[in-house]
Amino acid sequence: MNTLLLAWRYLWSRPLGALLNLLLLSLGLASITFLLLVGAQLSKAFDRDLAGIDVVVGAKGSPMQLILAGVLHIDVPPGNVPLKAVQALAKNPLVAQTIPISLGDNFAGYRIVGTSHAYIDHYEAKLAQGRVWDAPMQVVLGATTARKLGATLGQTFVGSHGLGAGGHLHGDNPYTVVGILAPSGSVLDRLILTDTASVWKVHEDYTAVDDEDRAVMEEEREITMALVQYKTPMAALSFPRYVNTSTEMQAAAPALEISRLLHMLGLGTDVLRAFAGVLLLTAGLSVFIALWSAVRERRADLALLRMLGAPPRRVAALLLSEALWLGLLAAVLGLLLGQGFAALLAWLLALDNSLLIGGLVWPVELWVVPVLALGVSLLSALLPTFAAYRVSVLELLQSR
Amino acid sequence: MIQTRGLAYRYTGTDAGGALHFPDVDLAKGAVLLLSGPSGCGKSTWLALVAGLMPPTAGTLEVAGQPLQALRSVAADAWRAGAIGFLPQKLHLSAALTVQQNLAMAQWAAGQPEDTHAIATALAALGVAELAHRKPAQLSGGQAQRVALARAVLQQPRVLLADEPTASLDDEAAADAVGLLLATARTHGATLVIATHDARVAALIPPQIGGQIGFQSLHLLRKQLLKA
Repeated sequence: MNTLLLAWRYLWSRPLGALLNLLLLSLGLASITFLLLVGAQLSKAFDRDLAGIDVVVGAKGSPMQLILAGVLHIDVPPGNVPLKAVQALAKNPLVAQTIPISLGDNFAGYRIVGTSHAYIDHYEAKLAQGRVWDAPMQVVLGATTARKLGATLGQTFVGSHGLGAGGHLHGDNPYTVVGILAPSGSVLDRLILTDTASVWKVHEDYTAVDDEDRAVMEEEREITMALVQYKTPMAALSFPRYVNTSTEMQAAAPALEISRLLHMLGLGTDVLRAFAGVLLLTAGLSVFIALWSAVRERRADLALLRMLGAPPRRVAALLLSEALWLGLLAAVLGLLLGQGFAALLAWLLALDNSLLIGGLVWPVELWVVPVLALGVSLLSALLPTFAAYRVSVLELLQSR
Repeated sequence: MIQTRGLAYRYTGTDAGGALHFPDVDLAKGAVLLLSGPSGCGKSTWLALVAGLMPPTAGTLEVAGQPLQALRSVAADAWRAGAIGFLPQKLHLSAALTVQQNLAMAQWAAGQPEDTHAIATALAALGVAELAHRKPAQLSGGQAQRVALARAVLQQPRVLLADEPTASLDDEAAADAVGLLLATARTHGATLVIATHDARVAALIPPQIGGQIGFQSLHLLRKQLLKA
């Protein structure tokens, strides 16, 4: 029998108390796990999807909405902008590249994005099957979209109006799947990509009543927004101001908006983190009380161990090992519960489709959970362990 | 096996006049010492000194060939694990563990690896082998005492200390307990010290014991132990 095994048996000799302590400690750790997981995954998703996009130009309105709609694809866009205005911006000497984004339709909840091949190149996505579109009404599916829809090359479907399921169907203009992307870990995984002209075609065919009407619409074509890359970082000083003051459009810097968003989320996260801290503190106190009671109840048993030849450090190690077991079990349970909570949140908000949250991941920050678990339990055990270390055999001999 | 000369102990916080001075003792291997006296007379202190739990404040003390007065704490623990067997008044069998595990815990306390063969042998010698997988709560008082005795002699100690082994037992059970102690000590060739304030115990030790292995009775009275 070794110290850890003996401590394990002692721990479970009071099953209800051990379970309650374990639960309390685990809940505190699960809360922290959840916060760390969500924070790390959001931050990773933002870093991944915003990389290389210096500014987003779209309709005036909320700049954050523009970023969330056009880059992360988790919000509706504030409106459309004239194609000609964007084309003019593309010629600006400060601009290296513009990628058009046209939104408006979806298929089974997956957004159909009218864009150019540059959008695929920007995220360095590779084709798993087929090819990219070379004509309107051909689509390339993101890896997650294809997997969830069970789509195959050559399959056709019609989009429905709006960005969520339930809009009217554009039955006259079916799309054909010509390519499927390999998983890239980016926002493309959950999109349906097509040529910008597809979006125009679907809506012009639906709206235009005659050729004259169609000609007017072609003249006034719009896109939802453009993702802009600067030629030089210095452009950040003047380009957004130029767009915001000299055009009917707005320029939103993703880095700025996301840091604002994270700051706002951070305030809520801080409250939750404080709550988790209180839970952990309570759990630590509970572990302390449990171990302190254990030492008081088992004082004579511990003294007997001394009488049988156990040096004080071995008796103390027994108590410390009980705390160690509690910490280890709570760490495992807390991590599993935290992952479960994150998965539940992803499922409830359907964020698993958006790749923002979901799946079993182990960001490096999560190592803080087992460290905290062991720290709290061992800290709580310090005083009881010292009491066990100091236990007097004379008490055993004199207890009548 | 146990030899004391001018043994004295003074508890912290008491003045020199409060020190306990014990009579000299010479006990051969296998001998029996009945340590009697009322509560508070110094029996526990004497047991603690002989078990090497604390050094005497004066005098010399040699147990199982080991001078204890200068033995450091860590060395005393290691020595006690192999040399001293102890049967406490309250048996302190851990309720969380089976009988077998309780004995394994004694081996753990002594810093030794679990030896299931030795445990089985010790239990069998006391007639409780079939109880190995029971929890203490499932044992009768007599069975529990046998298990505790098996635990005490598991390390083949040279000195067996029994603290109030007959407390709260009826006459028949007390006779059984003392008989069992004498027989077990004899089997292991251990020197037996029985500390008790139970007047029946002296009568329960058969007269022939004194002739065969040596028997001393040390009746301690606190006022006799205190010297001005």
